[in-house]
Amino acid sequence: MKRWFRYAKPYLPYFILGPLCMLTEVAGEAIMPRLLGILINRANEGLLTTGLSLGIMAAMIAIALVMMAGGVGGAYFASKASVNYAADLRADVYSRVQTFSFENIDKFSTGSLVTRLTNDVTQIQNLINMMMRMALRAPGMMIAALIMAIILKPGLSVVFAVSIPVMLIAVGFIIMKGFPLFSKVQTKLDRLNSTVQENVTNVRVVKSFVREDHENGKFRTANRDLRNTSMSASKVMIFMSPVMTLIMNATVVVVVLIGSRMVLNRDGGMLPGDLTTFIAYVTQILMSLVMVTFMLTFSSRALASARRIKEVLDEPVVLNDDEAARKDLPVAAGEIEFKNVSFRYYKNSEDKVLDGIDLKIPGGSTVGIIGSTGCGKTTLVSMIPRLYDCDEGEVLVDGVNVRDYSLVNLRDGIGMVLQKNTLFSGTIAENLRWGDETADDETVRRMAEYAQADKFVSSFKDGYDTMLEQGGTNVSGGQKQRLCIARALLKQPKILILDDSTSAVDTATEAMIRRAFREELQGSTKIIIAQRISSVMDSDMIIVMNDGKITGIGTHDQLLADNVEYREIYESQTGGAN
Amino acid sequence: MPRNIDQLRKQYNSSASEQRRHGPGGPRGGGPGMRGATGKPKDTKKTLSRLLGYVKGYTGRIIAVLLCMMLSTVTSLIGGYMLAPVINKLSETVAPDLAGNLSLLERAVGDKVSVLSRLVLGDDSVLPFISAAMMILAAVYIVGVATTYVQSRLMLTVTTGIVEKIRNDLFEKLQKLPVRYFDGHPTGEIMSRFTNDIDNIETMLSNSLTSLISGAVTLIGTLVFMITTSWILTLIVVAFFPVFAIGGAKIAGMSRKYYVSQQAALGAVNGYMEETVTGQKVIKVFNHEDECVEEFGLLNNDMRDKQFKAQFWGGVVGPIMGNTSQITLAVTIGVGGILMLGGLLGAGGLTVFSNYARQFSMPINQISQQMATVFAALAGAERVFEVMDTDPEAKDPDGAVDFGDMKGDVRLDDVTFGYVPGKTVLKHISLYAKPGQKIAFVGSTGAGKTTVTNLLNRFYDIDEGKITIDGVDIRDIKRDELRRNIAMVLQDTHLFTGTVMENIRYGRLDATDDEVIEAAKTASAHSFIMRLSDGYNTMLEGDGANLSQGQRQLLNIARAAISKAPILVLDEATSSVDTRTERHIEHGMDRLMKNRTTFVIAHRLSTVRNSNAIMVLEAGEIIERGSHEELLAMKGRYYELYTGKKELD
Repeated sequence: MKRWFRYAKPYLPYFILGPLCMLTEVAGEAIMPRLLGILINRANEGLLTTGLSLGIMAAMIAIALVMMAGGVGGAYFASKASVNYAADLRADVYSRVQTFSFENIDKFSTGSLVTRLTNDVTQIQNLINMMMRMALRAPGMMIAALIMAIILKPGLSVVFAVSIPVMLIAVGFIIMKGFPLFSKVQTKLDRLNSTVQENVTNVRVVKSFVREDHENGKFRTANRDLRNTSMSASKVMIFMSPVMTLIMNATVVVVVLIGSRMVLNRDGGMLPGDLTTFIAYVTQILMSLVMVTFMLTFSSRALASARRIKEVLDEPVVLNDDEAARKDLPVAAGEIEFKNVSFRYYKNSEDKVLDGIDLKIPGGSTVGIIGSTGCGKTTLVSMIPRLYDCDEGEVLVDGVNVRDYSLVNLRDGIGMVLQKNTLFSGTIAENLRWGDETADDETVRRMAEYAQADKFVSSFKDGYDTMLEQGGTNVSGGQKQRLCIARALLKQPKILILDDSTSAVDTATEAMIRRAFREELQGSTKIIIAQRISSVMDSDMIIVMNDGKITGIGTHDQLLADNVEYREIYESQTGGAN
Repeated sequence: MPRNIDQLRKQYNSSASEQRRHGPGGPRGGGPGMRGATGKPKDTKKTLSRLLGYVKGYTGRIIAVLLCMMLSTVTSLIGGYMLAPVINKLSETVAPDLAGNLSLLERAVGDKVSVLSRLVLGDDSVLPFISAAMMILAAVYIVGVATTYVQSRLMLTVTTGIVEKIRNDLFEKLQKLPVRYFDGHPTGEIMSRFTNDIDNIETMLSNSLTSLISGAVTLIGTLVFMITTSWILTLIVVAFFPVFAIGGAKIAGMSRKYYVSQQAALGAVNGYMEETVTGQKVIKVFNHEDECVEEFGLLNNDMRDKQFKAQFWGGVVGPIMGNTSQITLAVTIGVGGILMLGGLLGAGGLTVFSNYARQFSMPINQISQQMATVFAALAGAERVFEVMDTDPEAKDPDGAVDFGDMKGDVRLDDVTFGYVPGKTVLKHISLYAKPGQKIAFVGSTGAGKTTVTNLLNRFYDIDEGKITIDGVDIRDIKRDELRRNIAMVLQDTHLFTGTVMENIRYGRLDATDDEVIEAAKTASAHSFIMRLSDGYNTMLEGDGANLSQGQRQLLNIARAAISKAPILVLDEATSSVDTRTERHIEHGMDRLMKNRTTFVIAHRLSTVRNSNAIMVLEAGEIIERGSHEELLAMKGRYYELYTGKKELD
């Protein structure tokens, strides 16, 4: 609760003024029927004058204007409060995600993170907006009407002792019966929509296997299922709404029967006008209960959203540099050492992704890593910029444990081109400057040249000012990879890691990129993960990995001579015969 | 350096639907964009009559609904009126000399109640009279509640039934649309037909229809009751009518204007979030978190300001309209008091009149609100029908051949094709594959490799030339038969929500569990499947997000392996499988390709080496063809590619 309150705190005036404004409506609604009652009573008593009529009219208009001002003010404050609250919450969740480690990101899928940031925050925003305008109003209206009714005729108010509890039971029934059904409907609807989405993205599969009828059948079943669930949910509401109306109506009938007896007996000075007023209050009380039901239905949905947001905010970020001992230390030589490093993706899983890795990479050397899919190559290099922390052992850079660097310094010193890479909306130059935002045009161009990207970029009409669409979908795979390399090069990193990042670049171009590395990045340590032997052949040192372990280290010739696995890979790529 | 708000707005605003259009891979057809979920319907009449078509099956029920609705609206009007005779009678008794003039209707109703009272209770003095009035009221209420219930239940069946049918029809139509359609329409756009548009239709059916009709009936009924009670007061109420209409329209216009700009800002925020959350790992590697937070803050604040305006204007409608009707009420009461003094109105009359006056703005608001919903729904329906009206894949011609099993003799004869008229992608392609042969396509991205295979199973129809299988023009073969005979492993690996078993079985629905396992073994997928938490029963969700790209490719191969199609197309089927594993599955692949005519597209030339013939494609033309050795000897383009002298993209 405290967490949610924190976002309201800066906007407390809005949060207080909003409901207060709404109270003017409550007060107005409580007084209005009384004024009409007075008019009718005075008429019955023969005391009504034109002046009184006009006076009551003026009073009512004045009240209506106050109510209108209150309502507009309420709308103003409620909107202010809810949009500000939501904006702060959204910004907070977003910055929270920015602090996430890779492990945290893997845990929530990106899709679910996006939904939480968008839909779920909006749900809460809507809830606040509604609560601000109705939370006090509905109960306020009920209490005010009840008080007015009791003041007016306490004897007659006894009726409420019966009808309000009955109504409350009905509301409770809706909550108990209806809510679970409504959330079930939502789940089924989501599922139906994802069926469609899947079908549309898989259209070629569906068509090539001629599975249209199969898909239709699947959809029909899901659709019927949705219809049945939503019908049973609606049936609860359809049943309850007449029941509630009936309770209200019964109350009115009873009030009229008892009330008119009281009028006739002059019981407590009851006049016909009082009966009119009283009935108006009956309606108000029961209306407010209907409002409450609506509010509860609505909040049940928002609560689910709040839970999902809470999960993000509460997610412990295990990887940080709070305990770093040498925060001011930058990466200098680029020497890397793994000491008995082990790692599991899931702490309870038996298989280790990395198992007792011992490895020393001298600064400035070029290292190739090769091995089959899933053998742990990517995981190994991810330990260096602390994308993940190892479970056992330690990783040292320049002889210092990576955990003792500040994350900023460590990652600034390491340029990494990820396997699954992303470019962002913006121009090519803007994207490349991610590596170094102060770089001048000449540097940007030179780095692109090293990455063999300058030629094709220059061939674009707008050159480096060409706009990239989201994810860089308007450049080809190979071009994208080269841009990503150029972006990493602009960092002038002490350690450069390429994770299978030239797979879509042909061998000749790749060789040119490697040559540029050799000549221009002499002082930097270069680690290259690759599928093709040709990409790593001329490295100072090649690491062969299998099943989380290093099974061979050496130069190309050494490995070819004494490593079966390496030879096997080599032969698979060159055709064995030659 | 963080960008400023104007740059951000520009870059992320329109991108939401635009960027999805250029999804990875696949040809890009034109197709006019259908953006935005709102907007006005173009041909209301036609759309409406088409929607009515869906109602047809429910005519009986709809009539019953209408009757119930009228009845329940009338009962609620009468219910409101029944207080008049009670208050009048009481006033008469309490202050007989002051009783005002009763309207004709009040007198008539009072008389009726007296008659009933005498009949049932044998007396029409005050208490029996009121009891009788309450008996009538109770009866009216019960009828009202009962009709409301029946009406809602009937309407529920009708609404859900119609919506179910529209959904089914739309989905079935989607299955019939050509691949071309999906090229030109991003998934998000098609999805919004299913979500937004059908939602709007559903809202209209379940709320608007009944609300509109009951609103209209209430409005007319109220007017009638008001006029009979006091025409002077009615005039006052009616005088306020333009205030409601004009004021309502003004405010609605404001809120609509800001709503549009809010949606645009929301689109930018969502686009930015989606991009940066998806690219989160890159952001970490580049220490770019702070810039992102800053840029996001700008977009977020921009949206906040716009949301405020939209919400505020949406929020003032209620209080302004509601209290204007309170003012109407005040004036009627004031004037009513004066009328009572003049003996022109009774206390009962004023009571019920004030109730009606208070409610009078309700049906008006209701109707104007519902009109907005109706327009949104009609616009939605129009878009749904637009999809339904799109030309499906051409029907099989009369006398189309119903091939049993094909042998797999494939010939392309001088085939020319373009996705867009005037832009040829393939030029004069001729080739043949004898049953059981393996033909490979090699060439750079965009050379037309995938296109060739997409023509075989008629994802697209060729413009010129002829493709025959076993000597029959593929346009003369039933399309389903044709596709059943060609198993494809596509470049983009796609899986379905369901178990691993179900996903493989997709290739042949009647395959036994053993056959599925056999196919998985052929594709070398068995061992990793066994390592999954539930083996073959492991649920795959979100397109198999829990599998690696290489594993997904193996499942795709297994899915093709289980089908018994004599023709096999492998489009970059093993691009994400490492070479060593690829080598392991070679045996399986050989078994898979045995006795099948196979077309292979591969980036990695080691994969295509042992083909019977290799076609080197460039800019839509076959520039070299022959076996691996022949091509190498030629020292042409293939030689360049193979020895790595040229780029492959």
